[in-house]
Amino acid sequence: MDFMEIHQNNVSSEGAEPRRRTSESGERGRGETELNGQPPSARPIPATVTEDDEDEELTLKYGAKHVIMLFVPVTLCMVVVVATIKSVSFYTQNDGQQLIYTPFREDTETVGQRALNSILNAAIMISVIVVMTLVLVLLYKYRCYKVIHGWLFISSLLLLFFFSFIYLGEVFKTYNVAMDYFTLAVIIWNFGVVGMICIHWKGPLRLQQAYLIMISALMALVFIKYLPEWTSWLILAVISVYDLLAVLCPKGPLRILVETAQERNEPIFPALIYSSTMVWLVGMADNVETRKNNTSSSSEPENPASPGQQSEDDGGFTSAWVGQQQQQLGNLQSTEESRREVQQMPSARPPADPADDEERGVKLGLGDFIFYSMLVGKASATASGDWNTTLACFVAILIGLCLTLLLLAIFKKALPALPISITFGLVFYFATDNLVRPFMDQLALHQFYI
Amino acid sequence: MPVAVFFGCAFIAFGPALALFVFTIAREPLRVIILIAGAFFWLLSLLLSSLVWFIAVKASNPENVSLQKGLLIFGAVFSVVLQEVFRFAYYRLLRKANEGLAAISEENLSPISVQQMAYVAGLGFGIMSGAFSMINILSDSLGPGTVGIYGDSQYYFITSAFMTMAMTLLHTFWGVVFFDGCEKRRWWVIAAVAALHLLVSGLSFLNPSYEGSLPPAYVIMVLMAAWAFFSSGGSLQTLTQVWMCKKNGVDSS
Repeated sequence: MDFMEIHQNNVSSEGAEPRRRTSESGERGRGETELNGQPPSARPIPATVTEDDEDEELTLKYGAKHVIMLFVPVTLCMVVVVATIKSVSFYTQNDGQQLIYTPFREDTETVGQRALNSILNAAIMISVIVVMTLVLVLLYKYRCYKVIHGWLFISSLLLLFFFSFIYLGEVFKTYNVAMDYFTLAVIIWNFGVVGMICIHWKGPLRLQQAYLIMISALMALVFIKYLPEWTSWLILAVISVYDLLAVLCPKGPLRILVETAQERNEPIFPALIYSSTMVWLVGMADNVETRKNNTSSSSEPENPASPGQQSEDDGGFTSAWVGQQQQQLGNLQSTEESRREVQQMPSARPPADPADDEERGVKLGLGDFIFYSMLVGKASATASGDWNTTLACFVAILIGLCLTLLLLAIFKKALPALPISITFGLVFYFATDNLVRPFMDQLALHQFYI
Repeated sequence: MPVAVFFGCAFIAFGPALALFVFTIAREPLRVIILIAGAFFWLLSLLLSSLVWFIAVKASNPENVSLQKGLLIFGAVFSVVLQEVFRFAYYRLLRKANEGLAAISEENLSPISVQQMAYVAGLGFGIMSGAFSMINILSDSLGPGTVGIYGDSQYYFITSAFMTMAMTLLHTFWGVVFFDGCEKRRWWVIAAVAALHLLVSGLSFLNPSYEGSLPPAYVIMVLMAAWAFFSSGGSLQTLTQVWMCKKNGVDSS
């Protein structure tokens, strides 16, 4: 029955993730043109200026860098998942245990029954996720922040302690390493506590990124183990459709969440977003401090104008735009400097140039990591063509991510990160497993090269 | 022993490609993206050609061994043709992207030249082709087994590794030459690249008599290297300059 709690919390965190994933896609959409960690009120304003060619050039010019900043963690997460699947047999064993959210079994006699069961499983899982997302949106709308933060805290606690304990145990079993409980307790305790601090509070950027990748990989492994085969493919397909609808439809819950966060000038749940720069971490403090800067007149000469300028300045505008605001240049400089101090940004930057690409990070929700890794992990676990299928899915997902970021650079609004990648991944999985594998096997048998 | 075979074959097959990647591509985000997109295009071509082969096989008699082999050869030839078609399609896509990049940059200059894109695209094709040919063989080489126990060649792993390396580098050179031919509108170059690809692939049909497939493939690879070098602007002078610069560096330091 521990599993019920755990999986409940997992699904809750997982339910949180779709929202976070796409909202961070939203932040990412605006993050391309804005400084991250800045109050979201800044965000609409750059949208008007982004028709400017130079700004567009900057987003596209720095777009390649951002794509790579996301390729690397996504690749690392997938590598961890595939390496675990290939070496630790625990995650591919069928123990007969399933999540409570997928009660129907797939080991039935007829194919039709199996299909029906998997459809029902997927329907239940998706409705659970939808309900969770709606609950979260409602909680956020009615400002029940304590509940949300408590929920996130418990989810990450369970992931960092319990699931990593199981993972470590299985790895030790696979490699026949003898370990006593005391050492294990010390290791898990340290790992978990440092993880909680890094994720929920402050920590070195690389360490925080590493922890986020690790917990995404752990979640993906849980899904790979406990979701039966057809159910998991169906869930992947349906959740990318849900992601598309929830983010792009006007009444979609994720879109409502993003817009509410925008109205309130708050960053959305930073605990479960992968960010490539550390600005957002300090951005939480930054919000407070820049508001203090706004209200206090000590650091800025023209206080009444500063909120407007600060919000305009938040857009990460080009030096051309700054040059246009000649009479306000002094103001811009001061706000930039105060923000720079707070953000602990690298110091080697001239104060008058706010459009520095180091300030622009890119964010991706952890739900995206989890589902990408789940697809690739499932491909490596179940495909009989082994590595070719895994490699094909990997390339397909990376290309989907690239296209998503390109669309983001063009449309500059909240976009779901799942649909294109998962569609490509699924198409390539089934096509490679069924069509390419026999072809390549025959070619390798005769040692023909194409 | 299996681990030694695994590492040996892995480094033979992927060593040059890895070195090229690490030293020329890994630091530039745009090149990495072009590389992965090139791999994706190769994958698409493989998918379509295996679809055609699959349909042909399903429509035919599975008992007839020679027919199946004939269909396999047909599938391989069709795949080669489709790969070149997709190479051309990728060239068109990259040209459009290049124009876009040039239009929005400050000095109206694209951050990457067509020759660089040709090299990276060719390498992308090569890496993916090599990976698909070699990875399953590598993972099999880790496990227990005896090579050629049923009378097949004992040299399966090592010849696969060498052939994969040749194919990877060949794809790179073909990419350079192909794009150059497209740029200068020399259609005979494109036809020559396609013909050479068919030739190398056809030579591999002679396997397992490796004398017929490996040395000619390497000869063609060296010739293609020279052609690619000269078509991308190199000359004997630049070659000697490279050596002399090295010597100068040694002397002056």
